[in-house]
Amino acid sequence: MKQLSGAQIFVDCLKREKVDTIFGFPGGAVLNLYDELFRSDIRHYLVRHEQAAVHMADGYARATGKVGVCLVTSGPGATNTVTGLATAYMDSIPVVVLCGQVPTPLIGNDAFQEADILGITRSCTKHNYLVKSIKDLGRIMREAFHIARTGRPGPVVVDIPKDITAEVTGYQPVLKVDIPGYNPTTEGHSGQIERALDLLVKAERPLLYVGGGIIISNAYRELKRFAERFRLPVTMTLMGLGGFPGDHPLSLGMLGMHGTCRANMAISNADLVIAIGARFDDRVTGRIDKFAPHAKIVHIDIDPTSISKNVVVDIPVVGDARKVLQQILQILKKAKYAKVKTPKRTEWVNKIEAWKREMTLAYSMDGELKPQYVVEKIYEVTRGEALITTEVGQNQMWAVQYYHFKRPRMLFTSGGLGTMGYGLPAALGVQVARPDKLVIDIAGDGSIQMNSQELATAVQYDLPVKVAILNNGYLGMVRQWQELFYDKRYAAVDSSAQPDFVKLAEAYGAVGLRATKAEEVVPVLKEAIATPKPVIIDFRVSREEGVYPMVPAGAALTEMILV
Amino acid sequence: MRHTISVLVKNEFGVLSRVSGLFSARGFNIESLTVAETLDPEFSRMTIVTAGNEQIIEQILKQLRKLIDVIKVSDLTGKRFVERELALIKVRAEEKTRAEVLRTVDIFRCKVVDVTTKTYTIEVTGTEDKILAIIDLLSPMGIREIIRTGRVAVPRGD
Repeated sequence: MKQLSGAQIFVDCLKREKVDTIFGFPGGAVLNLYDELFRSDIRHYLVRHEQAAVHMADGYARATGKVGVCLVTSGPGATNTVTGLATAYMDSIPVVVLCGQVPTPLIGNDAFQEADILGITRSCTKHNYLVKSIKDLGRIMREAFHIARTGRPGPVVVDIPKDITAEVTGYQPVLKVDIPGYNPTTEGHSGQIERALDLLVKAERPLLYVGGGIIISNAYRELKRFAERFRLPVTMTLMGLGGFPGDHPLSLGMLGMHGTCRANMAISNADLVIAIGARFDDRVTGRIDKFAPHAKIVHIDIDPTSISKNVVVDIPVVGDARKVLQQILQILKKAKYAKVKTPKRTEWVNKIEAWKREMTLAYSMDGELKPQYVVEKIYEVTRGEALITTEVGQNQMWAVQYYHFKRPRMLFTSGGLGTMGYGLPAALGVQVARPDKLVIDIAGDGSIQMNSQELATAVQYDLPVKVAILNNGYLGMVRQWQELFYDKRYAAVDSSAQPDFVKLAEAYGAVGLRATKAEEVVPVLKEAIATPKPVIIDFRVSREEGVYPMVPAGAALTEMILV
Repeated sequence: MRHTISVLVKNEFGVLSRVSGLFSARGFNIESLTVAETLDPEFSRMTIVTAGNEQIIEQILKQLRKLIDVIKVSDLTGKRFVERELALIKVRAEEKTRAEVLRTVDIFRCKVVDVTTKTYTIEVTGTEDKILAIIDLLSPMGIREIIRTGRVAVPRGD
C-alpha cells in the first residue's frame, strides 16, 4: 500500500472526482493542502472574500452541471462561506466546500481561528463532515462529491483538521460509495404517471409549471416534446427560466410576484397544473389558498419533502425530472394515448393570447434613462446570446422580465435565498466555465457593493465579465415596497453616497464606462463588449422606477398591481 | 394528533443534533426524544414523540428520511406497539404517610429504589397514563422531585 500524507490523499481524491478548478483563499489550517495543490495541475482562483469563492463555484456548477469546489481556511474563512452555502442550498446547486480546521487535539478549546463549522453549516448544507481520522478521509471525500451531485443536488462541507493533512498513512483509493441512508428515487412510479396522463387527456385548460429541476436534470428537450405533443402552455419559475425556450409560442414567461400577467392568469384559471422540478415557493404561489383554485395538481419532483409541503397535490410523482419525462414520452406510445391527437385548445390558447394583449409588460420613456430600456438594449445588442447573472432586487426582476432566455444555463441568479452580492462572483465562475462566452452581470448599485472586491479577481485572471449597474442611488426594491405599502417613508434606502463606479473599475485595473441618456446606451454597450477586459458600466437610471406587474406579498396571483 | 416515531440512525457524533436541529429549524415540536445504541453498535434507535396535523407529520417523516444519517423511519401510531416510559419519583415519607406510599407502590407494581428517614425514591415504568396516575396519587404526600425519561416503543409481534 502506498504511504501518503492527508494532503496527498486530498489531492488524489480531487483528481478522482475530475476536479480541475478550485476557488479559494488560503490560511494557516490549509497550508499543507495548498502546498500539495500547488504541485498539482488543478487550477486555483484566489478570491478576495470567501463568500465570493462559494458563489464562483456555484456559478461554475450552474454553467457546467459539474460540482463546484472551494477551499478555505478554518474559523473566519469557513464562516465567510455560510451565505454562499445557503445560496447554493436553496437553489439545489452542487458545491463542495473544503475547509481547514484546527488540529484535532485543539478542537473544542477555542483555539485560534477555530469555529464549530459543522454546527454552523448544518442547516445550510445537504450534508457535512468533520474528518476525525485520516482513515476516513478518502471515503468522506468520495461521499461528499456523490451526495453533492446526486438526487436533489446541494452543497456539502468537509471540515479537515490540520494534523490530518500532515499525517501519513497507507492509502487505498475509495472507489465505491455505500451510504445506507441515502438512496434517492430517480424513476417515477409508472402507475402514478398514468393517472396523471389520464387527467391530462381530459383536461381543457392544462398548464405546465416548471422550475430549476428542468435545468439541473437537463430535461429541456423532453419537456419541449411533451409540451408540443399536447399543446401545453408553459410557465417557468425564476429558477426555471431557459428550461423552456422563452421565445416559444407556448411560453408564458415567468409566474409569481413579478411574473407576467398571462402566466398568473393562466395558472389561476387552469383546470390541470403539472408542476415539474418546482417547489411552490411563496413568491410563486402568492396567497396559498387562492393558488390554482380550479386545478388538479400533479407534482413531479425528486425531493419527496417538496411534495405537499406548501400546496397539497392530487398526484405526486417522486423522481428525476428528466427520467420521469422520458417515462412519460414512453408511456405515451401506448395505444390508448397514441390515438389522442394533439389538441387545438383554441379556447384556452385564445384566452391566454387575450391576457397577453390586454396586459403587456410596459414602461414609459419620459426623458429619463429607464432601467428596463437598458436591459432591453442588452438583450438586443447581445441577440439574446449572453450569459446573464444578476444581483438581487429590482435589477434581478428587470433582468428576467426584459431579457429572454432561449436555452438552459443562460441565467444565473440567486432565486431561493435572494443573495445580494451574488452576481459578480457568479459571473466570474461562469466565465471560468465558459471562457468563449460573453458574461454580463446585471446589477444594482446596492448589490454590487456587497462583493465589488472581486473586481480584483476578475483582473488578476483576465476574466472579461461586464457589469451593468442599473444605478438609481436607492436600494430600489425595498424603496418600492416602502412606496407602495409604507406611505413613501423611505427608511434606510438612500444609497446615493456611493463610489464613482467608473473610477472604482479603473482603480482595480478594469475599465469603467457610463451612460446617462437613452441614446448613449447602445454605443456604451458595444464599447464594453468590444473591450477584452472586465468592464463596469454605470447606467444612471431613473431613481424611482418600479418593477411591475407586482402581486403584493400575501395576495392572490390575480391581484396584480399593473403600474 | 400525537405520533410516536421510531428512527434508526447511524451511531455517529452529531446525529442527534441533526435530528433535533431539523425539528427546531422547521418549527416542529418534540414532546420527547430518547436515543441509545442498538444491538449493532453501528446504529442507534431514536424514539420521538411529536404532535401535528396530518400534513405536518408527513413533512416530519419525509424530512427525517432526507437526513443522510437516517436509515429508517417508521411512524408507529396507528400500528400495534408497546410503549414505556420510566420515572424516578422522590416522595416525602413521614410517619403518617409511609405506609400509604408503600401501598401505592404496591398497587402500581413499582419499586422503591432508595430509602431515607424522610423520603422514598420510587421507580415506575409504564405508559404515560400510568406515570401520570401515580404522580397524581403521590402528590398529596409531597413530591420532592420527579425525573422522567422520554418514551421508548417497539412494534408488537415478530
